[in-house]
Amino acid sequence: MKKNRIFNTITLLSASVIVFIVLAALLFTGIIDEYNGQLLTLAGIYIIVSLSLNLITGFTGQLSLGQAGFMSIGAYSSAIAMMNFHLPLVVSIIIGGLVTAVFGLLIGFPTLRLRGDYLAITTLGFGEIIRVIMVNLETYTGGAAGLKGIPSFSDTGDFLKDSIIKFSWVYVFVIITIVIVNNLINSSPGRAIVSIREDEIAANSMGINVSYYKIFSFTMSAFLAGIGGALYAVYFGYLNPVMFWFLTSVNFVVIVVLGGMGSITGTILAGVGFTYIQEWLRFFKDFRLVIFGLALIIVMLFWPRGLMGTNEFSIVKFVRKYIRKEHEGGSSKPSKIKGVK
Amino acid sequence: MNFMQEFGQQMVNGIALGSVYALIALGYTMVYGIVKLINFAHGDILMVGAFAGFFVLTANGQDPSKISNPLMLVLAFIIAMAVSALFGVIIEKTCYKPLRKAPKINLLITAIGVSIVLENGARVIPWIGPNPKQFPVLKDIPIIDGISQMIKAQTGVFISPVQILSFIIAILLMLMLFYIVNFTKTGKAMRAASYDMGAAQLMGINVDNIISVTFAIGAALAAAAGILFALNYPQVEPYMGIMPGLKAFVAAVLGGIGSIPGAMLGGFIMGIAETLTKGFISSKLADAVAFGILIIILVIKPSGILGKNTREKV
Repeated sequence: MKKNRIFNTITLLSASVIVFIVLAALLFTGIIDEYNGQLLTLAGIYIIVSLSLNLITGFTGQLSLGQAGFMSIGAYSSAIAMMNFHLPLVVSIIIGGLVTAVFGLLIGFPTLRLRGDYLAITTLGFGEIIRVIMVNLETYTGGAAGLKGIPSFSDTGDFLKDSIIKFSWVYVFVIITIVIVNNLINSSPGRAIVSIREDEIAANSMGINVSYYKIFSFTMSAFLAGIGGALYAVYFGYLNPVMFWFLTSVNFVVIVVLGGMGSITGTILAGVGFTYIQEWLRFFKDFRLVIFGLALIIVMLFWPRGLMGTNEFSIVKFVRKYIRKEHEGGSSKPSKIKGVK
Repeated sequence: MNFMQEFGQQMVNGIALGSVYALIALGYTMVYGIVKLINFAHGDILMVGAFAGFFVLTANGQDPSKISNPLMLVLAFIIAMAVSALFGVIIEKTCYKPLRKAPKINLLITAIGVSIVLENGARVIPWIGPNPKQFPVLKDIPIIDGISQMIKAQTGVFISPVQILSFIIAILLMLMLFYIVNFTKTGKAMRAASYDMGAAQLMGINVDNIISVTFAIGAALAAAAGILFALNYPQVEPYMGIMPGLKAFVAAVLGGIGSIPGAMLGGFIMGIAETLTKGFISSKLADAVAFGILIIILVIKPSGILGKNTREKV
């Protein structure tokens, strides 16, 4: 069992490091230019927020239309921590996440009594309230004019260097988010959470504390969305309440549904795909959103389960399969790893 | 002006706005009652109706700045309602019907997709375009002006001609709806389908047709609301349906979604709450207060004010 865990950790760690080195090298040599580097960074932020939404919608089964509201709390609180209190970047980002988690806890309570569409509309209302409050708290948030001059990840003046540093920051947080969500889902609380999605009453009668796990999941989701929002603030260096309105939340719902509700890898793929499709469609100018809307309808009509459904692509399994083949091909001895389960 | 008059004035404004919200909310609540779908495109149907009315009222040979012929206004309402009803039915047949058995969230996202297509489709159509257009002003219609002046002289509260028209149209349409739902065969079928779709089907009701009729009625009500809305803020633009749509949806949930009297009540509450906030607290906070009321009511009574409490069975 222990050996198994070490093997998994090593595989995942090396896989993420390899992906990072490859992408960083491509960026460095200019095969991926700065523009695409920026897009990948943005995609990373989208992935973080979408994963947080997937935790609450895909795994816990509670539809939330207010993820942009959480994101804006994280963004503004970390920006204020940096600008007014001059805290270091990492600390500010984590503060952004923690402040949002408190709000997630608060909004988690009404969800105990509401389900389905009622919950969706409550979270939507919550997101709008946050936006209106951000517009009105002019002394701290800059109001409707926006908040300018948020310190960047790095300001060396060298575009290439800056974009690599930005990318690395976001990449590290993406990996942390994936690890958190994945480990959570595959732990005992995670199974409780998934059982709430499958059938709340059944879960309750099996002795699962539904209220506790719902609030837990909302808080966790808010924390991650807050981290995503904080990164978003630093990425753009500028915040405006309009950036976090209702349709922004919808974008994340779209990513989660396109990737497959309850699939982490699906969300990652859809997050990158969504960012790029949005950029490519700029070519169509005014028709961009018409095409986007039509595409959304068509995908829902003909591909309702999304990219991955609830399936996952597991690197560990992939590597194992490969090693097993090597062993079987190379010698007739039974594989050592095969016995470990 | 003393406080009571000020308060009365705000209440009148609120009820006028509320009657528009109530008309929109009726569409939401009827559709939800039958297909259990939050029709996010409903606000954009309102926009379609407003533009249809706009084109009728500014067609050849008319003064584009004001409406002086009451007959044209009636015609604008009829044509706008017909066009929107057609839109509603087409959208239902092409986008929602194939997904009737799919998970709810897919239907919801399709509705959001439809809404995006309608808004941005309107932006790229050359006759509409992204810029706001001036809507003709309601002016010099003797009967309505007369009523307005009489009320002003009697009570000191000013009710604008548009507000009077909103009351009249809203009450007229609600009475018609009341008649259709309660005293016609179609209405009976609609009630049956919303109660239990499967059983209604077994009793020989063509549920598909009933759903289409529901969408058509809801869209027609939204179109009427759209014209009233456009008359109030005399302009039309492709995104005009989003905020009234959202607020009317909140109104529908507030009153208890699926309940027709609930939608009317919710609409009036939303309208009054909004104008009172604008008048006495802060105009910027109006939206926050509207959604705040929603959250408080849902937390206290999750099924809305007049909604039925459904017990969940295993």
